[in-house]
Amino acid sequence: MWEYTDKVRKYFESPVNVGEIENPDGVGEVGSIACGDALKLTFKLGADGRISDAKFKTFGCASAIASSSALTEMIKGMTLDEAEKVTNKDIVDYLGGLPKEKMHCSVMGMEALQAALANYRGEEVKKEEGEIVCKCFGITDREIERVIRENHLTTREEVTNYTKAGGGCESCHDKIQEIVDRVVAEEKGKKIELRAVEKKAGKLTNLQKIKLIEETLEREIKPALRTDGGDIELIDVQGDRVLVALRGTCSSCAAAEVTLKGYVESKLREFVTDELVVEEVKS
Amino acid sequence: MNPVYMDNNATTRTAPEVVETMLPYFTELYGNPSSMHYFGGQVEKAVRGAREKIAALIGADPGEIVFTSCGTESDNTAVLGTLESYPEKRHVVTTRVEHPAVRNVGHHLQKKGYQVTELSVDRGGALDLRRLEQAVTSDTAVVSIMWANNETGVVFPIEEAAAIAKSKGAVFHTDAVQAVGKIPIDLSKLRDVDLLSLSGHKLHAPKGIGVLYVRKGTRLSPYIIGGHQEGGRRGGTENVPYIIGLGKAAELAGTRMDDENTRVRALRDKLEKGLMERIPNSILNGEGQVRLPNTSNVSFEYVEGESILLLMSNLGICASSGSACTSGSLEPSHVLRAMGVPFTAAHGSIRFSLSYYNTEDEVDYVLDHLPGIIEKLRDISPFWSDYVRQSVAR
Repeated sequence: MWEYTDKVRKYFESPVNVGEIENPDGVGEVGSIACGDALKLTFKLGADGRISDAKFKTFGCASAIASSSALTEMIKGMTLDEAEKVTNKDIVDYLGGLPKEKMHCSVMGMEALQAALANYRGEEVKKEEGEIVCKCFGITDREIERVIRENHLTTREEVTNYTKAGGGCESCHDKIQEIVDRVVAEEKGKKIELRAVEKKAGKLTNLQKIKLIEETLEREIKPALRTDGGDIELIDVQGDRVLVALRGTCSSCAAAEVTLKGYVESKLREFVTDELVVEEVKS
Repeated sequence: MNPVYMDNNATTRTAPEVVETMLPYFTELYGNPSSMHYFGGQVEKAVRGAREKIAALIGADPGEIVFTSCGTESDNTAVLGTLESYPEKRHVVTTRVEHPAVRNVGHHLQKKGYQVTELSVDRGGALDLRRLEQAVTSDTAVVSIMWANNETGVVFPIEEAAAIAKSKGAVFHTDAVQAVGKIPIDLSKLRDVDLLSLSGHKLHAPKGIGVLYVRKGTRLSPYIIGGHQEGGRRGGTENVPYIIGLGKAAELAGTRMDDENTRVRALRDKLEKGLMERIPNSILNGEGQVRLPNTSNVSFEYVEGESILLLMSNLGICASSGSACTSGSLEPSHVLRAMGVPFTAAHGSIRFSLSYYNTEDEVDYVLDHLPGIIEKLRDISPFWSDYVRQSVAR
């Protein structure tokens, strides 16, 4: 049985804003009965330019109904510009989380909202252009790419959880993997460029520095150590001194010092600042 | 909250009589049946007694009963063990509606270079025996066809299917996990059935015990290789308490067979008839077919199964769904898709599976509450409002 949060259960069991607004300012319809879930979103704009009312009708599981109902609550009172920026992650956060296999329910909410906004602007509501990758659920490479970027996905399974692509006959798995590999590599490249710019400008605040150190540890360093059964934990950052503790096989490894200086420190310097010094804390 | 448990094709309550019979074999009677002392010997005798009871339930000889750990192990052993015994044969015939314990073995074999034919079913879920006749060749090692479908309860014509397989020299296996204990089975009269799988927890024994019936003279390599247990057909020390429990459960099933096919059947019929009457746009899957007496699979159009299950669950009602969302997969049940149940209905299918322990009050409780649940979900469903609008326009 799925583990739903209390908020998901509440919005599923007693959904608010069920229905269709008569003469709405925007209508968004996504999904189909074949896919197993579908959402029709309608909204009305107030005189102040903010969304004054929003209603939904949803065919789908508990998390689809909860995501839809939550979405209508979230966007009420928003300007169109604000609504434009709502992502599936916002819906997930609003609900206090969704099981990973159910992430596509939140994506459906975001897509319905964007379709409704496009409809308001008088644009033709059309599926994102691109080449269909998953024939079972009709998902294009563009859609997959976007979800990977917005949610920082790194695996094929995650793409299926978020978009359903690859959840049917599975014949497109290799193609999805290719897209994942490409987009992940591109995103990584972007980050490195960004870091380089930030580094040159030398404008890192202490908080930014700690955050960057953490990110670099998670993304660049820990995965490499873990392949050898090791791990590393950030204990503290004092000025440019980075205090870490080695875990797992690293903690008893004779070459730990080499790993620290030669690998961890050089990676941190590459991605954060050149002044960093890594020191091991025995705990 | 006492559950209204109508999910007996998933698993059953272990009968209190079964638990009671098992308990001494955890505490005082813990000997190994293979041991050469009185203490193990008395256990061996009890295991023999259990074997006899299970054999009696299905009209077999006790020597043809091989204990396994579960239905899946029995199915795997039947198919893979037969292939190993006939290395020159490279073809397997099965159906599109088999349980994953057989179906995924077929998919695995395909990847290893075997040819696997999956027979299709019609809208009612029935097999076309002429297709079976065409599919089986001299290269076919084993034909594996389930006795009764776990999702719809549709019963296949096993006697005829087995005769076709045998006439072409193939071994015939049937996954009877859902049939044993619910409908009478007499293997002494079905000479063409070589192998049959059953599972304890579907007939009020605990989880973790199964049986593979192996007809005398059937060539079958063991799947689990080890000691001499089970006549060399399955290594590993016997799971004594569970075997004793399954023996008791088989005995109970024999005495309750009439109840299953009269009272339980009547409850099931009342339930599905009531649901069809009270809830518009509901479809009985497998209608008109020979079905198990306890199973009912109903699709409620334009609503989704997981939502129905959760709202029922809040009222203590336990059932299953063939909807995609409940299984973690994204497509609805392979059984309903093989039957060509339209998507408008497949996602909203609910399986009720009753047992000896269900009462008429429970059926009435479901009939009282389910219509409201479906109505509530249809009020939310965009397809329902579209459908209503179109019906009015017509």
